[in-house]
Amino acid sequence: MLEIQNLSVEVGGKRILNDLNLHIGEGEVHVLFGANGSGKTTLFLTILGFPGYNVVEGKIYFKGVDITEFNTTDRVKLGMGVSFQHPPEIRGVKLGDVVEQLLERRGGGDAKALARKLNLSEEFLSRDLNLGFSGGEVKRSEILQLLAQNPDFFMFDEPDSGVDVENVELLGKITNEMLERDRRPSERQKSALIISHIGYILNYIKADRAHVLLDGRIACSGITEEIYNHILNEGFEGCVAKCGKEGVRCEF
Amino acid sequence: MQNAEKKVLGVSSEEVKIESYRLKGGEHGPISSLKELDEYEGELLAAGIDPEEKGRSGSFLQQDHSVVFAKSLIPGLEILSTEEAIKKHSWLDEYLWNIVPADKDIYTKEVAERPTQGYFLRAEKGTKITLPLQSCLFISKDKIRQNVHNIVIAEENSELNIITGCTVAHTVSEALHLGISEFYVKKNAKITFTMVHNWSGGVDVRPRSATLIEDNGVFISNYIFMTPVKSLQMYPTAICAGENSRASFQSIIYAHGNTNIDSGSRIVLQGKGSRGEIISRAIATDDARIIAKGDLVGEAENVRGHLECRGLMLSDSSMIESIPELKARRKNIDLSHEAAVGKIAEEEIRYLMARGFTEDEAVGMIIRGFLSIDIKGLPEGLARETKKMFDMTLEKVM
Repeated sequence: MLEIQNLSVEVGGKRILNDLNLHIGEGEVHVLFGANGSGKTTLFLTILGFPGYNVVEGKIYFKGVDITEFNTTDRVKLGMGVSFQHPPEIRGVKLGDVVEQLLERRGGGDAKALARKLNLSEEFLSRDLNLGFSGGEVKRSEILQLLAQNPDFFMFDEPDSGVDVENVELLGKITNEMLERDRRPSERQKSALIISHIGYILNYIKADRAHVLLDGRIACSGITEEIYNHILNEGFEGCVAKCGKEGVRCEF
Repeated sequence: MQNAEKKVLGVSSEEVKIESYRLKGGEHGPISSLKELDEYEGELLAAGIDPEEKGRSGSFLQQDHSVVFAKSLIPGLEILSTEEAIKKHSWLDEYLWNIVPADKDIYTKEVAERPTQGYFLRAEKGTKITLPLQSCLFISKDKIRQNVHNIVIAEENSELNIITGCTVAHTVSEALHLGISEFYVKKNAKITFTMVHNWSGGVDVRPRSATLIEDNGVFISNYIFMTPVKSLQMYPTAICAGENSRASFQSIIYAHGNTNIDSGSRIVLQGKGSRGEIISRAIATDDARIIAKGDLVGEAENVRGHLECRGLMLSDSSMIESIPELKARRKNIDLSHEAAVGKIAEEEIRYLMARGFTEDEAVGMIIRGFLSIDIKGLPEGLARETKKMFDMTLEKVM
């Protein structure tokens, strides 16, 4: 689904990602851990093709297509969908209208029914995008838009930050459905990359693989539970101690 | 202030040469149906006028200097030319030049001396007409000046909903529109006035209007401007004279080309417990220049007013000046304003692109959103029509 080869990225002339490699197969959910400043958001926005994230080396393939030079719209149209951590407030643009347009793109659907799934009222759909939304409302609105989009590859930026337990549980449940986690592995077609600082969401979403981003490259990869437990017990420092040697990518 | 106006408009409001536009040659015979003006259908539709009169309580149409159509479809609603109304109602003297002084400026003087019609709209006592009536001031001859004087009266306990469009034929390269409007909202009455300006790049426009609102009266004005104009200068004033009277001005301005607009709204809160709200959205692009003003004056106990001006800049050669003013003359008063001018935030565009919209689509959505103020207090039919008008004009400019 997503193949990143030897990716180096500069932002404002500063090298942030360094020779990064990542492969996410069809039906796979990967989680990316990393301390603040490790380059998680840079990777996220580079995959999305935001301007200012300059690929100086390497390639990004999506569904076998080299999208390294694609703009954001074209990448998304190929089947990418994202949930932002801090989406901007857009005055006058109604959430419901955006959801309707996303649904229309794939031939229609019921925006209100989708909203109900997420415990969002009809009134909520008539609100301006992200304007005055609470932390939980932001997340639910992002997931609502993803439900309407129904992409093949999902990216979630910190889906569990600033959300109360009840909401995380609900979001986890809906996200699992959206990612076809209720199906047998061989039947799953949706893939995802979850960027997480705290990994709280993993109590609700089972990820197939985890990676730790360190100084702009993937330092460790492995089974989610093992990496997660390692970070929980010893912090990112522990991971750094084990895997932090320059140029070495270690497998748990 | 005066200097700023001069600098901005290039041609100051005092410098429109009234005499350079002609008063002759603007006569037309009456028509029996608005559909007879089919060659101007586009122009009328753009000003919110439905030639079929569907869902309307009546229609008024003035072409250049002649009222060619005036018909009420509902008892208790009067639609006449001002000239005819003066002949019919001797009491109308008290209403003419009552709240807009005839000697206010060169334009009021010109209309007082050489009036060329205008509309008279009146809802009789207790008549609530929620179905909108449509009125249109149309310029079809080149280099003409239209000096209209409009009178609108909602008698006690009545309601009047008006869609009015000022529009110009595509063949007109230059014209001058002078429009005096005096609105009277009597006790417990309500007027909703939705005005669309559909001018073109060679037209100078100088409306002068005022509204007097009595006890518990409500005046709601919605203004939509989206086509270019050579110059437009206006400062409509609503006087909340009665206790608990209400006034609200909402304007949507999309200025492009070489448009020069100096536009504001003023509410004078004179009645105890009266309320006023001014909301404006202004977008400037190309070489357009906008001065967006708002003025709230509190002169009585327990009055409240809020003013909100937002401006969006789409080019480096355009300009917006936002000038909100609050004037309090009592201590028990609550007046507030917020004003903001900025550009479209890049992150908003990126966010929508991350949903698969193209950059142009994203910008369009943001502009549309910016301009779409909630139009409050409108009957459903009128709200729908207003939205339709808004969508149509926006479609055309974007």
